[in-house]
Amino acid sequence: MNERVAKLRQESLETVPSISLERARLVTEAYKMYEGKVSVPVLRALTFKYLMENKTICINEGELIVGERGPAPQATPTYPELCCHSLEDMEVMHNRETISFFVNEEAKKIQEEVIIPYWKGKSMRDLLLNSMTVQWKDCYSAGIFTEFMEQRSPGHTVADDKIYKKGLIDLMQDIVKSLKELDFYNDTNAYEKQEELNAMLICADAVLTFARRHAEKVAEMAELEIDPIRKKELEEIAVVCERVPAHKPRTFREALQAYWFFHLGVITELNTWDSFCPGKLDQHLYPFYKDDIAQGILSPEEAKELLQCFWVKFNNQPAPPKVGITLEESGTYTDFCNINIGGLKPDGTDGVNELSYMLLEIINEMRILQPSTNIQVSRKNPDKFIQKAAQVIREGLGQPSVFNTDAVIEELLRQGKSIEDARCGGTSGCVETGAFGKEAYILTGYFNLVKVLEITLYNGMDPRTGKLIGIQTGNPRYFTSFEQLMDAFKKQLKHFIDIKIQGNNIIEKLYAIHMPSPFLSIIISDCIEKGKDYHDGGARYNTNYIQGVGIGSITDSLSALKHHVFEEKTLTMDELFNTLEDNFQDNEKIRQLLLNLTPKYGNDNDYADSIMQAVFDAFYTEINGRKNMKGGVYRINMLPTTCHVYFGSVIGATPDGRKSGDVLSEGISPVQGADRKGPTAVIKSAAKMDHLRTGGTLLNQKFTPQVLEGNEGLIKLTHLIRSYFKLDGHHIQFNVISAETLRKAQAEPEKYRDLIVRVAGYSDYFRNLNKKLQDEIIARTEYDSM
Amino acid sequence: MTSGIIFNIQRYSIHDGPGIRTTVFLKGCPLKCWWCHNPESQNIHQEIAFWPDRCLDCGDCLKACADKALTRKNEGFLTDKNKCLLCASCAKACFTEARELVGKQITIEEVMEEIKQDIIFYDQSGGGVTFSGGEPLMQGQFLQELLLACQKEYIHTTVDTSGYAPWEVLKGISKLTNLFLYDIKLIDEEKHIKFTGVSNRLILDNLKRLLAEKTRIIVRIPIIPNINDDVDNILKTGRLMRSLGLKEVNLLPYHDSATGKYERRAETYHLMQVKTPTKEKMQDISSILADLGLNAVQQ
Repeated sequence: MNERVAKLRQESLETVPSISLERARLVTEAYKMYEGKVSVPVLRALTFKYLMENKTICINEGELIVGERGPAPQATPTYPELCCHSLEDMEVMHNRETISFFVNEEAKKIQEEVIIPYWKGKSMRDLLLNSMTVQWKDCYSAGIFTEFMEQRSPGHTVADDKIYKKGLIDLMQDIVKSLKELDFYNDTNAYEKQEELNAMLICADAVLTFARRHAEKVAEMAELEIDPIRKKELEEIAVVCERVPAHKPRTFREALQAYWFFHLGVITELNTWDSFCPGKLDQHLYPFYKDDIAQGILSPEEAKELLQCFWVKFNNQPAPPKVGITLEESGTYTDFCNINIGGLKPDGTDGVNELSYMLLEIINEMRILQPSTNIQVSRKNPDKFIQKAAQVIREGLGQPSVFNTDAVIEELLRQGKSIEDARCGGTSGCVETGAFGKEAYILTGYFNLVKVLEITLYNGMDPRTGKLIGIQTGNPRYFTSFEQLMDAFKKQLKHFIDIKIQGNNIIEKLYAIHMPSPFLSIIISDCIEKGKDYHDGGARYNTNYIQGVGIGSITDSLSALKHHVFEEKTLTMDELFNTLEDNFQDNEKIRQLLLNLTPKYGNDNDYADSIMQAVFDAFYTEINGRKNMKGGVYRINMLPTTCHVYFGSVIGATPDGRKSGDVLSEGISPVQGADRKGPTAVIKSAAKMDHLRTGGTLLNQKFTPQVLEGNEGLIKLTHLIRSYFKLDGHHIQFNVISAETLRKAQAEPEKYRDLIVRVAGYSDYFRNLNKKLQDEIIARTEYDSM
Repeated sequence: MTSGIIFNIQRYSIHDGPGIRTTVFLKGCPLKCWWCHNPESQNIHQEIAFWPDRCLDCGDCLKACADKALTRKNEGFLTDKNKCLLCASCAKACFTEARELVGKQITIEEVMEEIKQDIIFYDQSGGGVTFSGGEPLMQGQFLQELLLACQKEYIHTTVDTSGYAPWEVLKGISKLTNLFLYDIKLIDEEKHIKFTGVSNRLILDNLKRLLAEKTRIIVRIPIIPNINDDVDNILKTGRLMRSLGLKEVNLLPYHDSATGKYERRAETYHLMQVKTPTKEKMQDISSILADLGLNAVQQ
């Protein structure tokens, strides 16, 4: 990376995330002016316009792509219309050890004097929680499920290529056309549509103003600039901001700047989950790149520099501050913009191009938290593409993650998308499948499968609180067969999913009525054509998700019950209960029995894996196909972000040998340390889940850098990936193990039983090496990762 | 039904032949190399292994042992090998797997079932199965039938051998396997006897005779400091290979990973003080072999 990029990157890394109340203040002023005087969509649009007209324009020294969400890099806005933070919240954000935000005294003062008095009791969070039943609240506080819309808006969508083909002025013409076609004689919704479309027009115009303000500011700076080189750069930036996003971009640089204005619009309008994302960036940019190179107006080095400047922009925008359970389920600064690289073109041919490789180089050079990246791997993509990505993965950055594009397309087709829409789709957030630019694929909350089992074992009661929150499905001490237990579990599952979906349906309506997002609606097909908001079914496809968590832990727990209690009778239900209630305190031996002598998921063992399939089927059957409020349906996916930690904290000891409060298994990965037959067995087990019936699954694999050493290591990793994808696996991510982890593995070998390290000439389980050798490998790993 | 004794089946084995492989470790070896990193593989019979760090000191093994072969000692439980009939009741009674039965009597069908689980990975990567040990040729009949069974499934096979076996056995195997990983540890016969317990004559004769069978052979040299890493031995090995028309050679640097195993087995380990050869040393050896026109790969 060159000096400019190095400097921008360093600044982005060194700047401490802080809270900026500028947005909150402007939103409050706008609401005070307009609330009650105009329709809700227009209120939202006028608020957005007020923001775009008045927020601070920030141009950082040396940058080539401009625009910040806050008044400065890492200065993070709040969204009081969604969640009005208390002063105590502000203190917590400021003081907490991880994911903290600097809050200055002035911010606290504004919060106390301006924000709280206006928003307390009327934010979406208040509205939403007040609309939930006692039952829902009990489940929520018991940790049965989380609620995504509690502090952030639905969002969860990705740009397609339309913003490179049309400027905002073109899109405004589309909106006007829809307005003209409104039929006030026959269409009972004509008025709502008119308000929504008018709101879209106001928002489009607002972003034009926002871009123009950047152009003006940059032009002013150019005039004052003494350095002739920077002066010229600033003049060029001003020209670009005059041009886009008003008109469709003509060059590579205009394309990047155009996207960035759309991105800022989306994340300023609302605090959308997973921010926003350019999706298939390499494919969208390639036509511009090719043309610019052919015309001689861009060199590959210049393209790379621009992309790196673009990268820094993402890293400058941490996920807005979260508190409480929302922080527990997603405890990170990352805002999950997850750029897709490779995959297929809309016509179904190999989509890997020069830029795909350039993006991989950029990931390796930049080494920053945001944006996240993934490769989309099709059987039609060359091995070279995977191997180049594997070189980056080997560096231990945890990036890029690896997706099976052929499976993603099949998942989308199964859900009824057209083949072109499916091929233009991909994955975003963590692993979620979506038709980019055309779908609202909204995650509504994590669902704690293991907690439901615990409540089943207690006949409907939550042992942590003694509250009866489930239904009474019988005392399992009197169950005579495993089937009886499974039946009871399924009844509890239905009970809790009913409660979750009932709540979801209300929340979905609340957002449609009170918190439309007209700017986002401009970008997502077919909101303009339908005259409907993104939150109200305007998108071409509308899918809601509930995310299952803890499949490994519940499988192993059920397997232990089946094997030891019902079949081998090594333990009576009473003995097991006593041991669990005791948190294995006086019975490490039974814990060892449960840990070591039980068939476990992740070992390609049909006994355990068929239990995983049964739980998956039950979860799928209960949710898949239920109607949502936008004319679409519910689907499932299997991912946890950081929720497996929180969900584990609300559950006592479990029959898989897990102690009270310990983490659950993450994604569809086996319980930490339960897989003892290596990566091929894990892959075989995981592939027994029918991934094509989900909208995403998450599998993590750990390796040490030595296993991936040399060309051979890369080739073998490629084969491992290809094999998993032949089996329809959706996603796999490789954690290349750090020395720090190895040290933990040394201290707690039982938790790292599955950790394979490359010794010399061969690989071995880390736990089976003597201390001396372990030390040596730790030292070597540290060396290798430097 | 033919059966044999194995001590491990390792899936995702990526250093024992091409592609992603499953390595089946057959138990029993006629050699007793000083550097052996699988001492539990040498004895062809089953044995009980003890892992002191896993032991909870619960005493269930004592209760389970009908032969009264176990006694409690400070550092765990000791087995009196004269009394132990290898019934494995102590291992069955142990929930922490601190006592493990090493070696499993297993049928061809059972081994094949495990092997077949990873076919998709072999197909994808050009991998297959490697039979290693111990010395797999010690169970010639069992190995032959395993190789035949793999052939039927179109699975690529590799035999990792010391070459120390009757020629008839090796010849029979050579018709059934796709690849040999063939060890040449030392050229000097006296040293070979000292450090491995047997003469190398049979090994070298077998290698020469094997050439006529046209099976692909990759020579493997474990590089053990101060035992076989001298220029003389490396040069002689390389020249022998060249004279036989063998091109491919893998170099395996010694590693002290087995120290713990010897401790657990209460056996003397001769190489206690020996260090892993340096990268430079390995590079030097590679160069010597490369200068002879050989294709040397470090592992």
